[in-house]
Amino acid sequence: MTSVETGYFGPYGGRYVPETLVPALDELERGWREIKDDPGFALELEGLQRDYVGRPTPLYRTERLAEGKSVYLKREDLCHTGAHKINNALGQALIARRLGKQRIVAETGAGQHGVAAATVCARFGLDCVVYMGSEDMARQAPNVERMRLLGAEVRPVEFGTRTLKEATSEAIRDWITNVETTHYMIGSCVGPHPYPELVGELQAVIGREAREQILEAEGRLPDAVVACVGGGSNAIGLFAGFVDDADVRLIGVEAAGAASLGTGRAGVLHGARSSLLADEDGQIGDAHSISAGLDYPGVGPEHAFLRDSGRAEYLPATDEEALAAFHLLAEREGIIPALEPAHALARALELDSDLALVGLSGRGDKDLATVLER
Amino acid sequence: MKRVSIYLMAGKKTPELAAAAVAGGADLLEIGFPFSDPLADGPVIRLAGERALAEGMRTKACLDCLAETRSKVEVPLIPMTYASVLEAYGYERFRDDATAAGATSFIVADLPLEAAPELPRVHLVAPTTPDERIRLAAERTDGWLYLVSLTGTTGARESVSGQLAALVQRARKVTEIPLLAGFGISTPEQAAAAAELAEGIVVGSRAVEVAEVEGPSGLERYVRSLRTAVDDLAASPAG
Repeated sequence: MTSVETGYFGPYGGRYVPETLVPALDELERGWREIKDDPGFALELEGLQRDYVGRPTPLYRTERLAEGKSVYLKREDLCHTGAHKINNALGQALIARRLGKQRIVAETGAGQHGVAAATVCARFGLDCVVYMGSEDMARQAPNVERMRLLGAEVRPVEFGTRTLKEATSEAIRDWITNVETTHYMIGSCVGPHPYPELVGELQAVIGREAREQILEAEGRLPDAVVACVGGGSNAIGLFAGFVDDADVRLIGVEAAGAASLGTGRAGVLHGARSSLLADEDGQIGDAHSISAGLDYPGVGPEHAFLRDSGRAEYLPATDEEALAAFHLLAEREGIIPALEPAHALARALELDSDLALVGLSGRGDKDLATVLER
Repeated sequence: MKRVSIYLMAGKKTPELAAAAVAGGADLLEIGFPFSDPLADGPVIRLAGERALAEGMRTKACLDCLAETRSKVEVPLIPMTYASVLEAYGYERFRDDATAAGATSFIVADLPLEAAPELPRVHLVAPTTPDERIRLAAERTDGWLYLVSLTGTTGARESVSGQLAALVQRARKVTEIPLLAGFGISTPEQAAAAAELAEGIVVGSRAVEVAEVEGPSGLERYVRSLRTAVDDLAASPAG
């Protein structure tokens, strides 16, 4: 009946939640399985992806970025709201509607998922409450204004690190309290089962499109596919298109100060067992990154599994390296990336590969203040 | 006799506070092993956990605290914590070391009842838990069932949740095991109201607050007020 035994990627994943939520996760899983097989759902989602989000997003071959190499960018920055987050938010809004939930809670770090959640809630007439660390609200003030403009209530989280980790905990506590009326619209492929799988499948559209587009453009698969990893949803979505192609290297790039995969250990956070920045007692540590979207001490359980199995590699990039890549892309290609995918670019440009495909998960408007301060 | 269970956060003063709670009439003590990200807890216990971690109450220190508490009281002692702490320490190792330090059972707020069968523990059921799952929890639980009397996190509320009566009724249909109601119970009136429905009560946030502000003597008075309210109920004809 419940799927505590399923919902694992190797030893990672599961459902480590207070009992109050277990039935809601069962309900969500059932609803998701039903809706997935419903041709009406697929049709509606595809229509909205095309007409509302702007899919398929282009695959752009850079001109001046890397001499002597082909580097392609999957342009999720051109999605409505400026990041891949809308792919997930849109799908989850359809699920919430199917489950009869009128109220949405979400967490946000940089504000990109919060904006995506507020956007789809406006589109579907759902009530929206977004939890955001007060530290992040100060760093990402324009996104707070956008969410409010879209009709969402933004609730500051004033304790602990005042960032994404605490915002996620508060969103889950709200869900525990209002579980009968509320859908928790998680923003990444983290959290208790079925969220990692559900978010991964909603983001897999990125990889499906990219695979088709690169074959069309080059007549072959890329040598490497590179994406930034915070919680890891844009990476898991992009990797999904290539994970069965054994010759394609999959490379995830973490912020050096938030390298849950590179320097973490197994632990439990926000409902799932994964690789975390935790100490020897299992207490969760602080992440540090110039990019609010990567500033998270956990990561999706599927990434931990892909790391252990060797199918994907995970590398760090420092704040400085990301900033350099940010400027380079702006100056050489006329594209201002978000700081998150700038981490992926930094590593991609060093790769010894002729053909690389990089996930450009979002645009950089939100980061201008941060970058100009440096 | 109805049971009164008191939750205390592990800390330097805990053994003394535990003795005071027992002197006031506590039958059972839950000792919080703090975790950095406690999803089931409201602000009072979350902040107490932050303070405990800041004063160094890591797993080893909590086990020492448990052993010292055991030397002062004879009631059952139940460490209450989160899965990440056990993941790091090892479930079986934790079971063995905590038992050696005097633990009589365990509560893990975010470990579903299917997981880690090697760790015997008191299971929680909530107003959202279906009957079949309550039955399963009752079969597997260690001695009694912890009723989460509301959909929400730990912390004081205005009144006892209206959801508790229905939960007790559903639990009664599937099990004879003792039921203790917790979450949102803080005043003697609420203790009496909840104990009228169940075999006992669990008080956490308010006890932690009283312990912090008023020390052992204040905690003893507070626990006695709960004890009296619950006992008066049993003595009265309506009880």
